[in-house]
Amino acid sequence: MTDATNVAGHHDEGWHLAHHFETPAQQFESGKLGIWLFLTTEILLFSGLFCAYAVYRANHPEIFAYAHLYLSKSLGALNTVVLIFSSFTMAAAVRAAQLGQTRWQVRLLALTLVCGFAFLGVKSVEYQAKWKEGLLAGRAYQPAAPPHGAVVPEPPQRAESATGAAGGQPESAGGMKLDKSTIAPAAVGRPGLSEKWLQGKAAHPDGHWVGPEPNNVQLFFGIYFAMTGLHGVHVLAGMAAIAWVLVRARRGEFGPKYFSPVDFTGLYWHLVDLVWIFLFPLLYLIH
Amino acid sequence: MAETSAATTDHPDAHTGLGHVVPLWVLAAVFVALLVLTVLTVAVTLVDLGNLNLYVALAIAGLKAGLVVLYFMHLRYDRPFHLVVFLGCLGFVVLFIALVLTDTRAYAPTLLPDQAPQMKDVHTPFGTPRP
Amino acid sequence: MTAIPTEPRFLGGLAPREDNYLTHQAGIGSWVFTLDHKRIGVMYLVAILVAFLLGGIFALLIRVQLLRPEGLLFHGSDLSVYKTYNQLFTLHGAVMIFLVLIPGVPGALGNFVLPLMLGAKDVAFPRLNLWSFYLYVLGALLALASILIGAVDTGWTFYTPYAAQTNTAVIPLVFGAFILGFSSIFTGMNFIVTIHKMRPAGMTWFRMPLLLWSLYATAIIQIMATPVLGITLLLLILERLFQLGIFDPYFGGDPLLFQHFFWFYSHPAVYIMILPAMGVMSEVIATFSRREIFGYRFVALSSIAIAVIGFFVWGHHMFPNGQSGPLNTIFSGLTMLVALPSAVKVWNWLATMYKGSISLQTPMCYSLAFFFLFAIGGLTGLFLASLSTNFHLHDTYFVVAHFHYVMIGGTMFMFIAGLHYWWPKMTGRMFNDALGRLACLLLFVGFNVTFFPQFLMGTHGMPRRYAVYKPEFQPYHVLSTIGGFLQFAALVLIAGYLVHSLYRGRRAAANPWGGSTLEWTCSSPPPHDNFPTPPVVRAPYDHKHLLWNETLGGYEWQPVENETR
Repeated sequence: MTDATNVAGHHDEGWHLAHHFETPAQQFESGKLGIWLFLTTEILLFSGLFCAYAVYRANHPEIFAYAHLYLSKSLGALNTVVLIFSSFTMAAAVRAAQLGQTRWQVRLLALTLVCGFAFLGVKSVEYQAKWKEGLLAGRAYQPAAPPHGAVVPEPPQRAESATGAAGGQPESAGGMKLDKSTIAPAAVGRPGLSEKWLQGKAAHPDGHWVGPEPNNVQLFFGIYFAMTGLHGVHVLAGMAAIAWVLVRARRGEFGPKYFSPVDFTGLYWHLVDLVWIFLFPLLYLIH
Repeated sequence: MAETSAATTDHPDAHTGLGHVVPLWVLAAVFVALLVLTVLTVAVTLVDLGNLNLYVALAIAGLKAGLVVLYFMHLRYDRPFHLVVFLGCLGFVVLFIALVLTDTRAYAPTLLPDQAPQMKDVHTPFGTPRP
Repeated sequence: MTAIPTEPRFLGGLAPREDNYLTHQAGIGSWVFTLDHKRIGVMYLVAILVAFLLGGIFALLIRVQLLRPEGLLFHGSDLSVYKTYNQLFTLHGAVMIFLVLIPGVPGALGNFVLPLMLGAKDVAFPRLNLWSFYLYVLGALLALASILIGAVDTGWTFYTPYAAQTNTAVIPLVFGAFILGFSSIFTGMNFIVTIHKMRPAGMTWFRMPLLLWSLYATAIIQIMATPVLGITLLLLILERLFQLGIFDPYFGGDPLLFQHFFWFYSHPAVYIMILPAMGVMSEVIATFSRREIFGYRFVALSSIAIAVIGFFVWGHHMFPNGQSGPLNTIFSGLTMLVALPSAVKVWNWLATMYKGSISLQTPMCYSLAFFFLFAIGGLTGLFLASLSTNFHLHDTYFVVAHFHYVMIGGTMFMFIAGLHYWWPKMTGRMFNDALGRLACLLLFVGFNVTFFPQFLMGTHGMPRRYAVYKPEFQPYHVLSTIGGFLQFAALVLIAGYLVHSLYRGRRAAANPWGGSTLEWTCSSPPPHDNFPTPPVVRAPYDHKHLLWNETLGGYEWQPVENETR
């Protein structure tokens, strides 16, 4: 369909009406509803992780209060600004596509892509730091040192789960030998709050940690890597989609009559930004 | 009738047709607002509000999210059903997190510390569990 | 006498008279890369029936094991012999739920019928539809791979910590289920957009056939619930790979949290299974009573109500597992609530039949069976919803019987009913109706012989998922196994006469049953693009203008003066 010339003087060559639709409006509206439905599935995908976060933070706030000090607030803030800016450039790119401004479309899409790379770059810097300092999830959590801002009087009790603990060997009713657990409980005393943490908090109300390392800090990193990892995978997927749309935009395929790929990719990218808008305060800015 | 057979589905109007373009100044204003709110989010953590810190952070994040959804994602200018879809989804998320959170907090006092068995030396009939 | 065409050959028999979706293009490539929703529906049907056979074989092996209290296939004092039994019931559940029941009616029947019923040329996103199918195949292959590597023995519910610790191929199976989830999501997306945007002029929301309301409600659940399963299975995989510690208490996690996550999807999933079946029920009851559905709006809105309320009740799977008291109470009350819209539907269908002109052809026989079986299944759900009885019945055979009554007696019976109802449309052939009714009777008897004793044993305390049991339960188990083989015989009979009809069945007219919805206005089988001319939309379930035409062997619409749209 090359009969559509528009303000900027190029043709909407990418447009054609699919055989099962009656009008272009129907086709566009269907696509839009479809992408919104897909976005809701992505939101619900992340909701599981936010639920796990909420549960563990509510029941073991000391883990989060301690472990978040390992994260770099400035890098997190930088990533937030990068993503917000990329959302702006993406929205502007959609606008340019609607107005048929090929050069601006290409520039803005490319800028968005650059921001994506920047985000992933900062993320990889953070991940490398975690790796070096032994701050990984689960069994691999072997921190080299307490975080900045934490005053930890005793050396942390590494849960050497491979070797057994001292103590008696109780037997269960069925005769199975049960070692007394070497996993120190996360919460002693008032439900959800460790006595040690309560004491520490009383000593320093400005939020810095004073006291022994809480138990099960690896839980925080499990949640941290799951959330930021899944988010990173979505950033990658979004970048792939933007790259593909960029190629098509360079060919001049988009204009006022047909810009839906740009629009829908933009919606996906904004969702990625939305998730990060919540991840940043929840993971990095815990008081 | 074939021409307008989309008529009974959802007829396009000025807001939902192929063309509503968000003005550039609106996008820029939203961007600036988002930056300001980000600065605010970080600044608030320097103030000790106790439990309220979490809720203030969530509120600011919610505001930012609202701006992104309404303006960058066009929902302000789209047909209302898309908003219904989005809010419905959020409703399910809230339901899920609220009920699970309520439950875990309610049974937390019943958890016995020191009772998780040492899995390593357990021999089940179906083989030793993975280490 | 039409000249016998020399090509294309169609399943070894005569080519159908006109060009239709089956003959439109030949060659395997035209099927593998098809965008035609009808062909995709047929491919789904074949795949689902193969999966049904596989799941059924596992079921029969389970029943053979349980013929003797000490176990017939696996017995001995070394408990490790029972690992295979655990694998059998895990795979039976996983295959039946993920590969048969969840994709079943929407994938095999819905894909074929929905655009035809709407008068549309295809679904909104045909390529996404094909992706849905290939994701199904990929998920199925991963599940099969897991069987070969080291079949999972955790139960289809994958409860932690055992699922995080067991030495079997959990990750391939769980990843397969993850992929199947996306197949389901894409189907849901497609159906919602198609129903919103591609209704013809004159078909407003409340003039749509009720199957479409059901598929719409199902699609809402598919979209909202399945992603939570996705994240749950992903976290389980991460738990196994990296010991994240979210669900495994050994690393500080909470196993009950897994159950919350899992059941938030898996309870709405059972409504994904039953809602389309109820939609088929509406269609069949209306056609074979030659009446419009009584209380159309109530039936339509009750589908939405079931879909929504179904999200609020997942905790009833976890009553004795450590869930707190307040939540137990909340979930118990809400579970009782979800029975109401189902009851509304049953009463409306019964009222539809009242003073109708009922013909007892095969699809209608299955619908009548549905009333009995779904009533039992649904009402026994209330026993399980009530906390005091649930604590005794949880994880006993009572639960097994309950869900088989609703899943087989409800969903599978209506899947078979729908298959028979739309068989002439899909294949252009009529099957032997007498054999159809005989098979229905055999299946009905076999089903009740299998599962009714299980209610009794459950109340007497027989636990589920046990490979061996106390001798007092043996009579029940033997009855159950006999019933299982009766069902198998009935299904073999069904397969037999249906395949036979493909070669020797009488050619079907466009409207052999007298259905009043739009799919009966096009030829059997339909042409490639469904409707050469846009169909005229009438009020749904208007049977007054359908008259039997002996020469055609089917019904046709009589023109109506001053037809209003």
